[in-house]
Amino acid sequence: MIDFAWSVWNGIPAWSQVTLVNLVLIIIIVLPVVLGVAYLTFAERKIIGYMQVRIGPNRVGPRGLLQPIADVVKLMLKEVIIPTNANKYLFVTAPVLALAPALVAWAVIPFTDRWVLANIDASLLFVLALTSLGVYGVIIAGWASNSKYAFLGSLRSAAQIVAYEIAMGFALVGVLMSAQSLNLHEIALQQAGGLHQWYLWPLFPLFVVYFIAGVAETNRAPFDVAEGETEIVAGFHVEYSGITFALFFLAEYANMILISALASVMFLGGWWAPLNVVPFTWVPPLGWLLFKMCGLLFLFLWFRATFPRYRYDQIMRLGWKVFIPVTLVWIAVVGAAMQTPLGFLFH
Amino acid sequence: MLENYLPIIIFIGVGLLFGSALMVIGRLMGPHNPDSEKLSPYECGFEAFEDSRMKFDVRYYLVAILFIIFDLEIAFLFPWAVVLEDIGLFGFVAMMLFLGILVVGFVYEWKKGALEWE
Repeated sequence: MIDFAWSVWNGIPAWSQVTLVNLVLIIIIVLPVVLGVAYLTFAERKIIGYMQVRIGPNRVGPRGLLQPIADVVKLMLKEVIIPTNANKYLFVTAPVLALAPALVAWAVIPFTDRWVLANIDASLLFVLALTSLGVYGVIIAGWASNSKYAFLGSLRSAAQIVAYEIAMGFALVGVLMSAQSLNLHEIALQQAGGLHQWYLWPLFPLFVVYFIAGVAETNRAPFDVAEGETEIVAGFHVEYSGITFALFFLAEYANMILISALASVMFLGGWWAPLNVVPFTWVPPLGWLLFKMCGLLFLFLWFRATFPRYRYDQIMRLGWKVFIPVTLVWIAVVGAAMQTPLGFLFH
Repeated sequence: MLENYLPIIIFIGVGLLFGSALMVIGRLMGPHNPDSEKLSPYECGFEAFEDSRMKFDVRYYLVAILFIIFDLEIAFLFPWAVVLEDIGLFGFVAMMLFLGILVVGFVYEWKKGALEWE
């Protein structure tokens, strides 16, 4: 039986062998991400529930653990409505365009020292390009819906995302200066050796800017004016129902997990343990990465439970007048320090 | 070297296919009985009373223009940051001059009120 399988495997051309192996690896990445999204929504409802002294969902399955599965099934069974005035092709393309970049960016994330699907030199540039593409889904959805709320929501969202993308880009430049590499795997390797090597310390202002910009990029509270339930109902996805809405939802949460993964790799040492002593080295490297990601994701949820929504002018002021000057100054500081004997502090 | 990009191309295909497949599944599994009220644009129960592709604030364009300038700046900074160790003081001073000119522009637009949203 095994011999037969091997002979079939050897019989197919080499290029399809490579493609098949890659497909399997991609599925090994995509499935946990999708499952992570499902249980992130559950964690969100539970955690915010407890923060508001409620218990959150607890009916479906033991302790409500099957709630996300029930939600997915419900969303799949709902009618997909395409409004008469909408631009039909763009209307159905938008959710796919929003979701695809949020998944594809995972191709270059280094999970451990050896587990990285595509170890390319320009991986940071690739991630920046893909996260920028996500805004097309939002703009196209708002335009194609031909509805006032959707239109206003997508305009707000587009302006907000591009404003925070600049701050995010500048924060990444600081990481590049420290790591001297665009390769995410290489950036994580440079932070080996323990807590004191992490870029969190020398680049602390950039880490704060990067993470808050990440919250704004994913349209999460307190920057969720694009959805602003109390003002424009649901913003850009007001006309979307059933599975089309679920895709936007999936994209938003996949982006949250992605931002957490990137922040962990670039500032928190990726898969490296905080200290190279016994109880810490028992945890496998992937465990450390997941632990750091969960910590950052918890912050996303905590922000939502704690902060009221910003006004739009406050959001723009924070992005343009606080974050961009802060990042510019810190880039100059890091650059200047690297010309002096103090440069080792920033490596 | 270039073969490292193959998984990415396959991944892009998988990403697009995954979204499209979910759309098809949702369309097949859900009911489908549209009527004219259901398919009208949502406006809190009112009839839509003007074209939704309306005029909008010019400041959105302004933000887009400023974004292009700053994003280009970041694109210039990326290769510079990677080789900063090798190009040393000369590279640092050159980039600081460039950034200085951009900061002058930034201060100008700030003073002009281009970043104000009431």
